[in-house]
Amino acid sequence: MSEMNKKTYVRSHEPIFWGLFGAGGMLTAFLTPVMILITGLLIPLGIIDQGNFNYQTLHGFATTWYGAGIILVLIALPLWHTLHRIFHALHDLGVKRGRDLQQVLSYGFAFAVTVFVFTLLLQMS
Amino acid sequence: MTQPSMKIDIQRYRPEMDEKPFMQTFEVPYKADMSVLEALQYIKDHLDSTISFRWSCRMAICGSCGLMVDGVPKLGCKAFLRDYYPQTLTLKPLANFPIERDLVAVMDDFIKKLEEIKPYIIPAKTASNEKKCLSDGAYKQTPEQMEKYKKYSMCINCGLCYSACPQYALDKKFTGPAALALLARYNRDSRDAGKAERMKIVNQEEGVWGCTFVGYCSVVCPKGVDPAGAIQLLKVESSKDYLIGMFKPEQ
Ligand code: SF4
Ligand code: FES
Repeated sequence: MSEMNKKTYVRSHEPIFWGLFGAGGMLTAFLTPVMILITGLLIPLGIIDQGNFNYQTLHGFATTWYGAGIILVLIALPLWHTLHRIFHALHDLGVKRGRDLQQVLSYGFAFAVTVFVFTLLLQMS
Repeated sequence: MTQPSMKIDIQRYRPEMDEKPFMQTFEVPYKADMSVLEALQYIKDHLDSTISFRWSCRMAICGSCGLMVDGVPKLGCKAFLRDYYPQTLTLKPLANFPIERDLVAVMDDFIKKLEEIKPYIIPAKTASNEKKCLSDGAYKQTPEQMEKYKKYSMCINCGLCYSACPQYALDKKFTGPAALALLARYNRDSRDAGKAERMKIVNQEEGVWGCTFVGYCSVVCPKGVDPAGAIQLLKVESSKDYLIGMFKPEQ
């Protein structure tokens, strides 16, 4: 009984990462196939006119605020999704050593790339 | 005409004489309507009376006859020889639990987890800070309110889902499928007011966040409880609770 009274509950911060993971997963599942279809098949096959996707047009898109927003979200969220999955897969594979370091490296990488893309887009406009 | 027979490999372990578990083969008469549990009873009555296994109701109600049938957690009374005949069947005690003897697993940790989630209705306090009295009448509930938790109340505590769960296998601190489904059962009950207390258990790393949504628990559950689904719903609840907690730190 005394064991029960003493029990302390530690709240996990997982909701943040789970949220990013979920949102990234949705994007990856729905939009990545479309993007591959457009850039990998439809454009090379000439079904979609290449002209719409030349450097000038895309640069123009990336320098609008909504274009920059879309690009940031499309890169960052799937990345958070991927690294969350890798972090948990390491646990599933029984890699017990350095869980804290694994966490810092996984989410740190996703964070660093997010900041990098953000700065890049910012200084483009 | 000779009756067809079927071979069954059973993992034996008698702690007072065996250093480690070993396999023993038995041959039982095969009948299409014979359950794995009946086969075990045949062995105990006719071939080897020392063999140990748990059972009681023989009708998928008591939850005591769980075991690994060809590596899959199943109820012995709900698994039938006809689905394996004429192959040799392999029976082992439920995975992820210590072995007590032969096919009997030690379920103490599972029972402790069930108790820990406060599996009872915690009534709301009335204005005078007293619990509602029996004479005040029954708690009424609409069919819709009942539907919200009914599925999660069908659990028979057989523990098959713990044997199926790779996260419980890796970390015994994980609260686990059945206990979390039972927790959802009470949190979703309109008569209950204990949600805040139970959310503390849910919000922990070893609460819902120990789950990576493998989903095998819901596949093996013999009662259609869907613990994986219950845990996903609790993850959403826990995320809401996390957001609220950021703006309104308690205690
Ligand atoms: S949730 Fe299903 S598998 Fe798990 S203990 Fe309950 S009845 Fe058994
Ligand atoms: S003997 Fe009761 S569930 Fe199988």
